[in-house]
Amino acid sequence: MPVDFTALRLVEVSRTFGRRRALHRVSLTAEAGTITALLGHNGAGKSTLLSIAATLLQPTSGTVKYGDTEARQGGRDLRSRIGMLGHDLYLYAELTAAENLRFFAKVYALDGVEARVDAALDRAGLTTRRDDIVGGFSRGMRQRLALERALIHEPRLLLLDEPFTGLDEAARGALRTRLRGAREAGAIVVLTTHDTAAIEGLTDAAVTLVDGKLAA
Amino acid sequence: MRFVRDVWTVTRKDLLIESRTREILLTTMFFALACVLVFAFGFVREGRPVQDAAAGILWIAIAFSGTLALGRAFERERQGETLRALLMSPIDRPALYLGKLLGILILLSAVELLVVPLVALMFQAPLFDHPLLMLGLLAAGTLGFAAVGTLFAAMLVRARSRDVMLPVLLYPITVPGIIAGVRGTAALLQPEADQPMALAWLAMLVFFDVVFVTMSLWTFEPVMTD
Amino acid sequence: MRKLFTPLAVVTGAMFAYAPFMILDAPYESTMGLVQKIFYFHASCGMAMFLAAFASGIGSAVFLFSRKAWADHLAVAGAELTSIIGLIVLVTGPLWARKAWGVWWQWDARLTSTLVMWMIFNAYLLLRRYGGPGSERLAAAVALFGMANVPFVYWSVNVWRTLHPKTSVIPSLVPGMRGPFWYCVVAFLLLSTLLLAMRSDLERRRQQLDELYLAAEE
Repeated sequence: MPVDFTALRLVEVSRTFGRRRALHRVSLTAEAGTITALLGHNGAGKSTLLSIAATLLQPTSGTVKYGDTEARQGGRDLRSRIGMLGHDLYLYAELTAAENLRFFAKVYALDGVEARVDAALDRAGLTTRRDDIVGGFSRGMRQRLALERALIHEPRLLLLDEPFTGLDEAARGALRTRLRGAREAGAIVVLTTHDTAAIEGLTDAAVTLVDGKLAA
Repeated sequence: MRFVRDVWTVTRKDLLIESRTREILLTTMFFALACVLVFAFGFVREGRPVQDAAAGILWIAIAFSGTLALGRAFERERQGETLRALLMSPIDRPALYLGKLLGILILLSAVELLVVPLVALMFQAPLFDHPLLMLGLLAAGTLGFAAVGTLFAAMLVRARSRDVMLPVLLYPITVPGIIAGVRGTAALLQPEADQPMALAWLAMLVFFDVVFVTMSLWTFEPVMTD
Repeated sequence: MRKLFTPLAVVTGAMFAYAPFMILDAPYESTMGLVQKIFYFHASCGMAMFLAAFASGIGSAVFLFSRKAWADHLAVAGAELTSIIGLIVLVTGPLWARKAWGVWWQWDARLTSTLVMWMIFNAYLLLRRYGGPGSERLAAAVALFGMANVPFVYWSVNVWRTLHPKTSVIPSLVPGMRGPFWYCVVAFLLLSTLLLAMRSDLERRRQQLDELYLAAEE
């Protein structure tokens, strides 16, 4: 049984890279069924925090807990409950939309792969483009596909790094709807953005980082 | 079993991408061919190759083209930051390593299918006289090179100067493998093929492979996690 | 630990001050005469280089699996020392070869192996310097693989060379030579230990400086 949790807790998390302090004693709690926004300018430490939450980076000090499980003990079970949409989208430009989804479905050891792929394509509105190479997609299409890829294994924790960048109003609306759907399903959603207008009315909590520290 | 499935998932994806574009395969093959040609101009005098040149040229071509292929293969994972996505996934890190390694091995095998007959032809080298030993040397030598190369290429994905760093790091470490490959092949190319010698080199290569594949599997996780 | 630096430096300095006299008194080797005496430093440096390389390899292994800071400091110190002492070996070797056999470099098994090991640890230093952030871990893998490679490098280069035998580099030791030889070995091992310790300490303090820098920013 994969480990499941209902809260992400960062306690006094710091991260330094040599002489550069990216994060300084950041504490944050995000509960299931909520959308939390991480605001701040570029270089404020948002992406670093997200990477730590995704288990890609270890904090220099402080603890990261997923429910009662500490990051270090999580292992494979923990990773199967986390989904991330990075700035670079995590898609293979040389494969088709369906192949990308199929690959990640297999990576997450899901059953009923084809059904899930079809459902994900449907939600992304890409069913007619399923056998087209992702390299030929527009930014918006890639974003929609990448989002579905991040959600295909129904993660408990969904992390999104600047998801609204480069999207037109229609695409933004679609993204907001999708995120609300994830929230209804009980996911913990944490997204970063430097565009406060985009998340108007969407988030349950907002936290601002300034130079790696939480603003009051 | 899940482990084996994960390895195959990764390898299959790499093969799928490659089968679509054939980019790395074709460019690497061409590069290997160019290597052989350039070295030929250095080592063939009056239409006759210098003794043992064939063995040396074969393995240098493999090493050089292998380095390029490794770099390109991981450059692909860098583009969409997909390596990060894989590290974040539930796939065991050793399975990820083996999956990438297997893909590289298949690619290099295809390149060698071209280069070996070519060298045999252009340098009048009887590479096919002892097919089993030759195959053993090629397999073991390529595996050792690819095993260390996959680890290094993966760990350099986000490093600076990664293009030049890969050969700088890889060649000194794989020197024993190269020596064994070249001398083993040369032993087989003698007028009176020195099979015991070739076998001795093969044994060393196998030992080298066991040690370095194990070490690569073991260090992949600590090296890749921050 | 730092308290030991001065006495160790004094002892090492004294040993080196006396070393030339010991070497001068040592018996002449039959075929090479005076030139052979470079061997006392050359071979000792060879051993010291191994000590440094192993220190770096072991430090790297510990660092990779436990992330202990001291291990990384030892790894860097060992790699730098390997590079410097290796350079001494690679310069004294050809100097000796030139005078003794008329050729600067004849792919002698031991020297060639030393060259390969030297290159591996230079690659380590290049990676640390130019690899960008996080290159300590990557370099640690290189040092570990380098250390594991030592037997393979030696075996393969040896067999590679015995196919074309040339004169052996290290003659068997006449009794009168053993004293000065082991004396020089000890002197160089002490020097290596001292330099390893001092360089590790320097690295530790550099890291402390980074931490103070960060703390001061608050």
